[in-house]
Amino acid sequence: MSDSLKFAYYPGCSGTGTSMEYDMSTRAVCRELGITLTDIPDWSCCGSTPAHTVDHTLSCALSARNLQLVENMKMDTAITPCPSCLTNLKTAERRMKDDDMRDKANKLLDNPYKGGVTTKSVLQILVEDLGLDALKNKTVRPLKGLKVAAYYGCIMNRPPEVMNFDDPEHPMAMDNIMTALGATVLPFPLKVECCGASFGIPRKDVVMNLSGKLLDAADDLGVDALVTACPLCQMNLDLRQSQINSATDAKHNIPIFYYTQLMGLALGMNEKELGMNKLCVSPRKAINAIGSENK
Amino acid sequence: MKIGVFVCHCGTNIEGTVDTAAVAAAAREFPGVVFATDTMYACSEPGQDGIIEAIKEHNLDGVVVASCTPRMHEPTFRKTLERAGLNRYLFEMANIREHVSWIGKDREANTNKSVDLVRMAAAKLLNNKPLFSKSFDMNKKVMIVGGGVAGIQAALDCADGGLQVVLVEKTSSIGGKMAKLDKTFPTVDCSSCVLGPRMVDVAQHPNITLHAYSEIEEVNGYVGNFEVKIKKKASYVNWDLCTGCGICMEKCPSKKAADPFNEELGKTTAINIPFPQAIPKKAVIDPDFCMKMIKDKCGVCAKVCPSEAIDYTQKDEIITEEVGAVVAATGFDLFDWTVYGEYGGGKYPDVITSLQYERMLSASGPSEGHIKRPSDGKEPKNVVFIQCVGSRDKSVGRPYCSGFCCMYTAKQSILTKDHIPDSQSYVFYMDIRAPGKMYDEFTRRAMEEYGARYIRGRVSMVYPKGDKLIVRGADTLMGDQVEVDADLVVLAVGAEASIGATDLAKKLRISYDAYGFFMEGHPKLKPVETNTAGVFLAGACQGPKDIPASVAQGSAAAAKVLSMFAKDQLESDPQISVVDIKRCIGCGKCISTCPFGAIKEIDFRGQPKAEVIETICQGCGICTSTCPQGAVQLQHFTDNQILAEVNAICRF
Repeated sequence: MSDSLKFAYYPGCSGTGTSMEYDMSTRAVCRELGITLTDIPDWSCCGSTPAHTVDHTLSCALSARNLQLVENMKMDTAITPCPSCLTNLKTAERRMKDDDMRDKANKLLDNPYKGGVTTKSVLQILVEDLGLDALKNKTVRPLKGLKVAAYYGCIMNRPPEVMNFDDPEHPMAMDNIMTALGATVLPFPLKVECCGASFGIPRKDVVMNLSGKLLDAADDLGVDALVTACPLCQMNLDLRQSQINSATDAKHNIPIFYYTQLMGLALGMNEKELGMNKLCVSPRKAINAIGSENK
Repeated sequence: MKIGVFVCHCGTNIEGTVDTAAVAAAAREFPGVVFATDTMYACSEPGQDGIIEAIKEHNLDGVVVASCTPRMHEPTFRKTLERAGLNRYLFEMANIREHVSWIGKDREANTNKSVDLVRMAAAKLLNNKPLFSKSFDMNKKVMIVGGGVAGIQAALDCADGGLQVVLVEKTSSIGGKMAKLDKTFPTVDCSSCVLGPRMVDVAQHPNITLHAYSEIEEVNGYVGNFEVKIKKKASYVNWDLCTGCGICMEKCPSKKAADPFNEELGKTTAINIPFPQAIPKKAVIDPDFCMKMIKDKCGVCAKVCPSEAIDYTQKDEIITEEVGAVVAATGFDLFDWTVYGEYGGGKYPDVITSLQYERMLSASGPSEGHIKRPSDGKEPKNVVFIQCVGSRDKSVGRPYCSGFCCMYTAKQSILTKDHIPDSQSYVFYMDIRAPGKMYDEFTRRAMEEYGARYIRGRVSMVYPKGDKLIVRGADTLMGDQVEVDADLVVLAVGAEASIGATDLAKKLRISYDAYGFFMEGHPKLKPVETNTAGVFLAGACQGPKDIPASVAQGSAAAAKVLSMFAKDQLESDPQISVVDIKRCIGCGKCISTCPFGAIKEIDFRGQPKAEVIETICQGCGICTSTCPQGAVQLQHFTDNQILAEVNAICRF
């Protein structure tokens, strides 16, 4: 049961910066749900996109360093909110099973990694280890009247043989969580389409186009807000929403929440500890919609 | 024994990487060998004549041919020996093609290996004994499993040839997949008009016994004398009384039963006759949806049935048929298209399969021949066809081409235009595969006369937007991404082996490939035979096939059965186990390991002994290797013969 859930926690670099509100709300929600998070001491960057595009061994070593630290903690499961960190950690987990790769990567590490650590997303343990019933039971302020669509991004579940979680084309974990919290969840057809990711830096037009389509689809559905689970997706849709409006001649005004923020609201926490003030598009209209039975 | 050795060049197949003359020269030194030569093509007429001449000239009483695999030509050379007056089992074959020349390029090593293989063959031959077949009677009755178009064709051809035919069909009516089709390519003629009369012929043919709604439970026996147990599934309707009038269907209040005949496009009644032309035209109750069977309420069909045929207490029944040959014609089923999450199959109601579309087009289908979107019943204007769904895609474990989807997609795009003149069809394809008489012309017609827009590329995603479906894909000829607003999306779903095909294969003791399709005896020369004597194949159970090819195979399988039954008796294979009664200690180990139940225990002067039932033994040799006393010996593969080969190759 949920009383004995203990995990090593990997915040990831975004969690300490651009997606601070994701980290804050994740920690707050876990505390409320009785999930014990122990930060990995002296954790370091997973390598992110630059490492694996340049050198697989280096990328593997950067992530394996963190897995090795989890080993030192005598824990077997590490969780992280960020799907991009998760991809790197999981890929390293897989690659380190190969003898050649393990030898090469361990040469770069102070302490060799032996294997045996599993990494999961916070989302996965909420759905699989805690369970939706426990979540329902702890809900004190149901999200009734709030119309949301869940947007997973392209790497939370893909490639399926690495991520091993939910359906790669039609994931339902966040949809189910939102339904359990009492929100009205509309099926989002583009839930695993790419937002443009890091192209925001070299080719802004790509993000304008792709994220623009996502916001168009969300507006077509008539949702009050989108819920995300990925710092980069959230940033492209939230921080760049006004840029997208200028570039695509649109008038989107859609709050982009992290799913943990809405969970926090449903669990009765205050907006400040959930970092609501860090969102760019004002969440006010969506938060006000909660409890309005205007359906 | 005087042995002659013939080393075949097989053109350059063997001679290219083996010095056959050197192999023949080495063979002359082997014990028993009195004559050895190399020959251009041992299997050709002059080649075989050369063997016969050498037998006569050198008084040979045993022959080794070093050439290709015995699976190819062992029967050929055995016949050659018989023509020369020798026993066919005084022959050995050394495979120096598939096992040597085709797999290595090193001429010296190949030549050495060939010499060793010939040495083994000659050593075994010295220990060979003449063996003689026995003749036995056969039951000249044939069973066809599967009542699709291939099975129907095989049944009618066999029956017209005077044989008694038992046709077993899993569903409640024969007709198979073809009965579900609206039209057929490339003639666009009506499928049920072509097939319907043939189905009636089956029903009316005096030589055909039809067991519909039945499955093969167990197969025992051997070629010429199979004993097949058939499970007649409970239909809860007494078919002897049912006239197929259909009143029960009209009155049945439970209208939510699954409708497999209409590919689950709609729902049907709990008591049901699948389609108007059904043969036999008999009703079947689906116990999962019948109120009487679930809650003991209703009973309307029993009240309205004019012939009092309803029997809610009916049970499955096992009957036994004795036949001499079996033709498997179990056809194919559709790949589970829902694994393609990106196409939204099973998720969006307006994404349907090609076979569902076929039912939609059919006048006897749920929408009476009108194309209607399942979601809102509207007539679609833009119809997108996605090809290769579960074909030519390694990522879903289906690397093979299903062969007929290109053609039926072209046909469906033509029919779409016929039904809805102001519609536009789009076809996303990888390649167009239309090798067949008038096939490619047909696909051109779909494009040129009917204006179907063919886009070469895969679809990455189908998603709903308002009441449209957006189909996003690539046009690889333009090198660009395309998006089409579709009202209806039709997935050209590929074929896979029929559900339960592998279970049937195990019962029939035939092999199947990695995808569950039955293995033919030889890909070129035995396309409708299997490696189990007396079991033949027809239609798509052997691999995806269109109607003409399935019908041709149905006739081919019938021809094979007829030619087998044209003999008075069959010859048994003498390569079976025999028990040396003096050595047998009656431990029974062989009895328990024999997979065919071919060994029984007998009482011999108060001692238990094993005895082989000749007609059932398949010559697999498991008993031979099991027997602790060496009392069971497999003829033509005795311990002494095998050990002679081992000694020949382990000389150092």
